Amino acid sequence: MNEIVIRTDALKKTYATGSSEVHALRGVDLTIARGEFVAIMGTSGSGKSTLMNLLGCLDTPTDGGYELDGVRVEGLGKNELAAIRNQKIGFVFQGFNLLPRTTAVDNVELPLLYDRSGRKRDTRAIAIAALERVGLGDRLEHQPSELSGGQQQRVAIARALVTEPALMLADEPTGNLDTRTTTEVMAIFQELNEQGMTIVLVTHESEVAVYAKRIVEVRDGRIVRDEPVRNRRSAAADIERLVTQERSAA
Amino acid sequence: MKTQILVKLALQSIRKNKMRAALTMLGIIIGVAAVIVMVAVGFGARSRIRAQISNLGTNMIVITPGAAQQGGVSQGAQAFANLSLADVEMIRKNAQVVSAVSPVIVTRGQVIGDGGNWRTLINGVDTDYQVIRDWQTASGEFFTAEDVASVRKVALLGQTVAMQLFPGIDPIGQQIQIRNVPFTVSGVLAAKGQTASGTDSDDVVIIPYTTAQSALSGRTFIPQILASTASENDIAAAQEEIRVLMRESRRIAEGDPEDFTVKNQNELAEAASSSTRVMTMLLAAIASISLLVGGIGIMNIMLVSVTERTREIGIRLAIGARGSDVLTQFLVESIVMGILGGCIGLALGYTGSKVLGHFTGWDTVMSPLVILVAIGFSGAVGIFFGYYPARKAAALNPIEALRYE
Ligand SMILES: Nc1ncnc2c1ncn2[C@@H]1O[C@H](COP(=O)(O)OP(=O)(O)OP(=O)(O)O)[C@@H](O)[C@H]1O
Ligand SMILES: [Mg+2]
Repeated sequence: MNEIVIRTDALKKTYATGSSEVHALRGVDLTIARGEFVAIMGTSGSGKSTLMNLLGCLDTPTDGGYELDGVRVEGLGKNELAAIRNQKIGFVFQGFNLLPRTTAVDNVELPLLYDRSGRKRDTRAIAIAALERVGLGDRLEHQPSELSGGQQQRVAIARALVTEPALMLADEPTGNLDTRTTTEVMAIFQELNEQGMTIVLVTHESEVAVYAKRIVEVRDGRIVRDEPVRNRRSAAADIERLVTQERSAA
Repeated sequence: MKTQILVKLALQSIRKNKMRAALTMLGIIIGVAAVIVMVAVGFGARSRIRAQISNLGTNMIVITPGAAQQGGVSQGAQAFANLSLADVEMIRKNAQVVSAVSPVIVTRGQVIGDGGNWRTLINGVDTDYQVIRDWQTASGEFFTAEDVASVRKVALLGQTVAMQLFPGIDPIGQQIQIRNVPFTVSGVLAAKGQTASGTDSDDVVIIPYTTAQSALSGRTFIPQILASTASENDIAAAQEEIRVLMRESRRIAEGDPEDFTVKNQNELAEAASSSTRVMTMLLAAIASISLLVGGIGIMNIMLVSVTERTREIGIRLAIGARGSDVLTQFLVESIVMGILGGCIGLALGYTGSKVLGHFTGWDTVMSPLVILVAIGFSGAVGIFFGYYPARKAAALNPIEALRYE
């Protein structure tokens, strides 16, 4: 295990659209250590998703270097990137992105089936354990259409953590959720982080960012702010507060 | 991923779109069913024809009047009254390779016995006829050369005729009347069954040709001469010998067409099988067109499926699937679809050929090889037509695929 999970060095990404070029990232230096919980913020079009795609090895940078969990990523082939995504990274997306008409446990088991290292044997049991970790032990055989948005996102989180990745990446994971479920999902992230998971999460809302430990702000393809969260909140405590409020209102 | 899991996933996704999969497989189903019926019918027809050949006799050669047209269709052979007993005598005397020869005088007529009467075929033949047709007697004796020479009124009954005229009675030594001429039954022939055209070989009465000429027809021309050789290897030589002898005796100049036809039993069987060959070819055409259309159907549906499931592909790539994993997944899906269609087609074709066999009386044959080939072929169609869509799926960019609505 490497103590530095992410180290980027003047990371650049330029999209060529027709005749013009879009400089989505203009040189990002970012270092994230194991056990951190980073919220990436910024206005729309600032380059957050582009950065996440590079960090997640879904895309390759135009220029610059990237070292993930001790592995230099730039210059790796497609299949090697696929293996890194499978073993070192867990993704959580805004739109949940679960396989439709596929049960929760089948969805969660999927990354293990693509694992070529063969280190995971009893994939079914591991998938069930992951779902239990996010509190969905009683929804194993439910299909996405039979689950609420919050539950679907928890299934997605279970799928992201089932391979015990070095890094969990979440691009606006609460973008489609209401306040209550947002807080519930953030509580799970906080709990996972406390258990040692490194998490990088993109969000628009500062109410979400305060559950993280560190805020990185991107503007126009560059990091313009990088600081620890001052008045950090506990999502679990917030839920309790919400519950008492609801009870007194009723 | 393990193939087991891949097949499971493929079956899952087919089950999710049952109706669509069924329609997609229809082409394959029809194609394979047609192949199965085709092969079964082809085998059945061939084994029938083979049975007929041995039914005809051993090493038989048939001489008929009139020239054979190209393609083997005889042009109304009976219109030519130019075969005679002289030809039979000439062949018997001069031919070296030919071991047996007999005229066949064919008439139809009413036959009356103690137990009933029956309209049947009456063949006037020589004693060699028994050797040529390899036809044993079930009881009694074949008539002798003496009977032929003395123009005796003796008759042999086919099984069917014996049954009709003498139900429950031993016909040997009984009197029958053929066209009001009394005959003595000397024997009953062994059963031969049906011929190529489905007529009953046992529905026949055999008498000496001399008797047939004097007592029944009064005609001198002979519609058919049969000959045979001792060995199968001599058939071609015997045919050629007969042809040369006949040309000589008729003084046909070199290069002029013959006014008779000499055929062996294989050539006859070939002509008989030409109709089933047309049917086989028709079925083969249906089969290949169906398989082609079925394959294109699979390709079409798989292309739609790849587009529809772009997001799914994006998810799979994001969580670590390789391009080759996605390729295999879609390929397995189209192969499973092909093989499933093949199996359904197999069942359908099997039932179809059984039903056909039931109504036509042909025994249809189903060999394990045919089953293997049919399933293998439908799987191959799945691979061939599924490859392009699968390649398309595997080449997708994960980010764009994830963003796809
Ligand atoms: N595939 C692409 N081709 C061309 N330009 C692109 C592509 N992807 C992103 N861009 C451009 O790069 C810039 C950064 O986009 P990005 O998606 O990273 O923004 P973002 O910060 O995630 O925005 P949002 O908050 O709206 O999600 C934008 O100007 C966008 O138009
Ligand atoms: Mg974005």
